[in-house]
Amino acid sequence: MTATVSRANIAPSKLVRRLILGIVGFLFAIPILAMIEFTLRKGLAGGYTLAHWTGLFDPANASRYDVVYTGMANSLVLAVVTVAIVLVVLLPTMVLVQLKFPALRRTLEFICIIPITVPAIVLVVGLAPVYSVVARIFGSSVWTLAFAYGITVLPYAYRTIQSNLGAIDVNTLSEAARSLGASWMSVFWRVLIPNLRRGIMAASFISVAVVLGEFTIASLLSRQNLQTAILLMSQSDPYVAVIVALLALAFVFVLLLVIGLVGSAGRPQRKKNGVKS
Amino acid sequence: MSPPQGVAVELSSITKTYGGQPALNALTLSVEPGEFVALLGPSGCGKTTALRSIAGLETIDSGTISINGEDVTDQPTNKRDMGMVFQSYSLFPHLTAGKNVEFGLRMRKVGAEERQKRAADALSMVGLDGYLDRYAHELSGGQQQRVALARALVTEPRVLLLDEPLSALDAKVRVQLREEIRRIQTKLGITTFFVTHDQEEALAVADRVAVMQSGNIEQIGTPEDLYRHPQTPFVAEFIGLSNRLEGVVTAGEVTVLGHTLPLLLAHTSDGPVRVLLRPEDVELAESGMPGTVISSSFLGSLRRTNVLLADEKTIIAVQHSVRDDPRPGAKVFLALTGAAVSVAPL
Repeated sequence: MTATVSRANIAPSKLVRRLILGIVGFLFAIPILAMIEFTLRKGLAGGYTLAHWTGLFDPANASRYDVVYTGMANSLVLAVVTVAIVLVVLLPTMVLVQLKFPALRRTLEFICIIPITVPAIVLVVGLAPVYSVVARIFGSSVWTLAFAYGITVLPYAYRTIQSNLGAIDVNTLSEAARSLGASWMSVFWRVLIPNLRRGIMAASFISVAVVLGEFTIASLLSRQNLQTAILLMSQSDPYVAVIVALLALAFVFVLLLVIGLVGSAGRPQRKKNGVKS
Repeated sequence: MSPPQGVAVELSSITKTYGGQPALNALTLSVEPGEFVALLGPSGCGKTTALRSIAGLETIDSGTISINGEDVTDQPTNKRDMGMVFQSYSLFPHLTAGKNVEFGLRMRKVGAEERQKRAADALSMVGLDGYLDRYAHELSGGQQQRVALARALVTEPRVLLLDEPLSALDAKVRVQLREEIRRIQTKLGITTFFVTHDQEEALAVADRVAVMQSGNIEQIGTPEDLYRHPQTPFVAEFIGLSNRLEGVVTAGEVTVLGHTLPLLLAHTSDGPVRVLLRPEDVELAESGMPGTVISSSFLGSLRRTNVLLADEKTIIAVQHSVRDDPRPGAKVFLALTGAAVSVAPL
């Protein structure tokens, strides 16, 4: 009772909460609104127009904006390969550690969290000699950047999958499935993956968001992605560069929204009939 | 479900250590086809390790496990053809009760139509008709364990392994479900291992109870055998309630509270011992040892009363008919029935 009362006293009122939310929202909105306003400008003459927006999607301007489309396509390829790396390498490793080597959980967590403490510029310095080897083996295609991105997304992917992994009794479910005749492959596909769906989706979307916003590594390793393309474009057509930045922002925003929806979506809810055995 | 043939299970000198500490210490156990055996013991005695070893969820260090003479020691869990119900709720949360029960059949590549029919039959057997489409979170604890039981039985496994399946349930449901388990086991004739730390549960359902301590079986026998004829002090103390009193053994008999009683194990060395006197071996009488009632508990069909003897130190628990209802503070007399008693070293 005491705790409830004191918590109620500490909690801000509805008005204060809305005020804080409004101020923070306004601060975030200012640069976005400024960007939108900028893309609608006619130029130095003044006035507003939609010409910059329509021009970007006009097939006649395709060659002019080629750098943007290429960057966009590269970033999407990178996003797909990075997600694949997360799902093929990180997820099975985490499940294996949880089931068979629980003593290694702390070590794995430490390793996965390290990239968040290393600035991208430092990472590039370390990766540059590695990439000379990577280029010899896999060529210098842009998708090879996904190896570096796989490292940068590790902390986010690890956290989201781990929170899901910790919420289900992986060991008992696996043992139950094994006792029912399931092979390890069946345990993974038929029992664990469906129950880790939320963590996997969230890890994938966050990885996509991180990859779409990455600039430093691509730029310093001389690869072209969406962010480097925006920079290039801004030197010849600043309006289109800002439009693309806005679209990328909107895409990531939608992705995060989807993560939230996936996270809150449960199994079909039915009313319990209250029958107890 | 067609009744499966019960199988004989043989554990021969199985040993398992965790970090140098023995969990199973050359455990040997023979179980007859269709028998219901309870593994009973305090925490850490190795009963769950033994069960998990039978299931193949633990790799044993040495010894052999065989089913109907076939050595399954090195067989992986999914090839052993055993059904298991776990202590913690183990239903797959993403599947309905029906799909959970179908899971084992799906692994055996049984056709969809037959799967559904057998799942419905299995759920019906555990009293859950109409629960096919419920998810685990829509079921109570007892219902979840019933579904887990149906899931374990639907594949008609050779052996049923129950790892404290009732311990998370409330008392009433626990009693109902244990009777249900026994009824189904008797009907199907399936060889069953039941791990529990609750002696009442073990004594109530099992054909034989194996009392375990320090990774080995102290004594195995029928519930009555264990209760009436414990072979070791540990079993005598662990099974049932006992008054612990000081006594002296002389020439195969023990003197306690001024009475001489026969010993359950006649070949006990002479000297001071701790006597384990069952509450039902003491009676309220017209004359005998005087004492004062401290408390009395109504236990349904009988009553247990604690009496402080005249020496003002010794408290004796007496089990008697509910027709006698001594109040705290009442003066009573106690008499011993003269039944043989167990003793333990002081």
